[in-house]
Amino acid sequence: MIGRRTFLTASTATLAAPALISRAVAQSAFNWQQCKGQTISVSLTKSPRADNLLAHQKEFEALTGIKVVSEQLPEQQQRPKMVMELASGNPSFDVTHFSLHVSKRIIGTGKWLEDLRPYLADTKLTSPDYDFADTGPGPLAAITQPDGRIDSLPVETDLWLIYYNKKIFADHGLEMPKTFDEMLATARKLTDPAKNMYGFVGRGVKNANVPVWTSFLLGEGQDTVTPDGKTLLTDTPDAIWAGEYYKSIMRDCAPPGVVGFNWNECQTSFMQGNVAMWLDGVGFCPPLVDPTVSKIADHVGVGLIPAGPKAHYCAMFNDGIGIPARSKVKHAAYLYCQWATSKKMALNLVNMGGGASPRLSTYKEPTLKPPTQEWLTTLLESLKIARLGLPEIVPVTEFRDVIGIALTNMIQGADVATELHKATETFKPVLEASLKT
Amino acid sequence: MEASLAPAAGTLGGSRSRRNYARRYWMFAVPAAVVVAAVILFPWIFTLVMSVFDWKVSGNIYFVGIKNFVHLFEDSRFQWAVIRTLYFTALAVIFPMILGIWAAVCFASNFKGRGLARTLFILPMMATPVAIALVWTMMFHPQLGVLNYLLSVVGLPPASWVYQADTVIPTLVMVETWQWTPLVMLIVLGGIAGLPVDPYEAAIIDGASGWQMFRFITVPMVWPFIIVAAVMRMIDALKTFDTIFVITNGGPGTSSETINMLLYQTAFGYYDLGYASAQVLVFFAIIMVISVGLLRVRRMERWQ
Repeated sequence: MIGRRTFLTASTATLAAPALISRAVAQSAFNWQQCKGQTISVSLTKSPRADNLLAHQKEFEALTGIKVVSEQLPEQQQRPKMVMELASGNPSFDVTHFSLHVSKRIIGTGKWLEDLRPYLADTKLTSPDYDFADTGPGPLAAITQPDGRIDSLPVETDLWLIYYNKKIFADHGLEMPKTFDEMLATARKLTDPAKNMYGFVGRGVKNANVPVWTSFLLGEGQDTVTPDGKTLLTDTPDAIWAGEYYKSIMRDCAPPGVVGFNWNECQTSFMQGNVAMWLDGVGFCPPLVDPTVSKIADHVGVGLIPAGPKAHYCAMFNDGIGIPARSKVKHAAYLYCQWATSKKMALNLVNMGGGASPRLSTYKEPTLKPPTQEWLTTLLESLKIARLGLPEIVPVTEFRDVIGIALTNMIQGADVATELHKATETFKPVLEASLKT
Repeated sequence: MEASLAPAAGTLGGSRSRRNYARRYWMFAVPAAVVVAAVILFPWIFTLVMSVFDWKVSGNIYFVGIKNFVHLFEDSRFQWAVIRTLYFTALAVIFPMILGIWAAVCFASNFKGRGLARTLFILPMMATPVAIALVWTMMFHPQLGVLNYLLSVVGLPPASWVYQADTVIPTLVMVETWQWTPLVMLIVLGGIAGLPVDPYEAAIIDGASGWQMFRFITVPMVWPFIIVAAVMRMIDALKTFDTIFVITNGGPGTSSETINMLLYQTAFGYYDLGYASAQVLVFFAIIMVISVGLLRVRRMERWQ
């Protein structure tokens, strides 16, 4: 129970907080208040990363005196809205949060976002404790455009791993699989449709399902395009092997209707205790271990993606945050980007289980308190074997659609090689056209 | 009124000033004309212009003539989208029409609690389509949805609903039927309410059955209302977007990808505005042809 004295102390502390922060700011060498009184609009994608920014927004406003107006939309709506507004030359936002694995190249081609290298080099604009050199090599590569421009700062790194139900594994005397072959065999053993129990679940819905397939493809040590981004590798023997694996595990071991499952349906099935293993992003852990929404909160295990026949990689995706070149309050917007990607915000993100930090120092912080220790251990192991899960090309959405349709056809029984050859031929002219622009 | 105005106009200077006054009438139409041009004409002209360009959001813009339209006829994904649109539309018109007419006949008769029953019946029509779609999505979940639970209660095997290519369009039609049958019912009920009672009295005296009275009296007399309901339902079904977008997003694969879904994806997923504009124009032509056809059926009925 909160006593009167406790209440008064807390109230006084709350009321005094802005003043204390202002005083701390005044004492600091870096002037966080250089844009005081300005207002910025921020466009965010609905995600744990955005939830983290919104939860701490008032701290930024108190620190800088900048007023922030944030808009958070589901990614299906935010992505086209952002691109269309940037292309129009008159975006309604001063800061935009986006998935680098979807929008990086189209944004880079249009040069719609401000090159942040001069900002990072400017000591009047960048706080000395920002420490950009702390950025991990994967996220750094993700935010760097082919021409060397850095038009966003890294907010989060998404790593794909296996969530598994420890109770189901214990009941069957099974261990978390170490290889893809073991994973398929284990999933088959745990599948019993009569008991509404399935060994594996992953995204089946078109577009969203492509990272599942590329996760298997990385096990063959292969990407979807050549390093120069000009030639498709989507119907090679390795790609067909990954397609066969995807087809087998999704047809034989996943719940009925998985062809229409996105991550949320997968998550629901896993949380209800009907599925033994779920392959998806690192940021989905918090609801799984929350007993108010999950029936298996005490049984959630987190494991590294198993090794493939030829290689052991974990699919990686990144989120960034940038400033439209047409923004009229770029310095204020840059202060926001700097704060959003600061060490403190990165630590908050990991502590809430919202994803992996793009900063190396986060994992050495004494105040690091992840949702579970196993989650953190797996995350750190995954970082060591992380590799981009989608190609860095302009028409990435069309790529995901075309390949995604082939994958859904496979789940419904279509021949893998035929589907991948057809999808490759369909997408080839699209990729070639994009290289000409 | 004309008679009283004519002498007054004459006293103001004869026919010449009347003509000058008439020439200024167009000024009154200007605001409406500007609004129409801005919100209807300009978007159409702009769409037409975009359709003859290779117009990508991220690249340069090139004039390509009719290339986008030629590509439409080579693009199997578009052709399947047209077939699916027509299939979906046919089912989403037929079922609400049959059930709506049947409901209108039921609600036209007097029975206890009719007002309450009517109110409950039209509730789906008043709900927001996106909200409805989200609720149906949860109900369709193959493992956790209430629909499969209800099937299991009566001893039936679970269905795949929107999670299988074969069943996705019939399931989406079920949602459409549930939501829009009330609209058909209201339109047809309005027609039935205005019918004279004499033909029915004569038919009863002649020994006609209920079905015969419905077939040979009710249907011919409310036919204009049925056609209006069919036209409205057809246009609505053709442009259905929200329900499909929320429930399936065109999937599984492209199994429920109608023209609307495809052109949205082309414009805002692939950012190919030129090709999407060509799709819009063809889609518009399809709607026009079908609408004109249905209205002609109505006119032919009047001649008979």
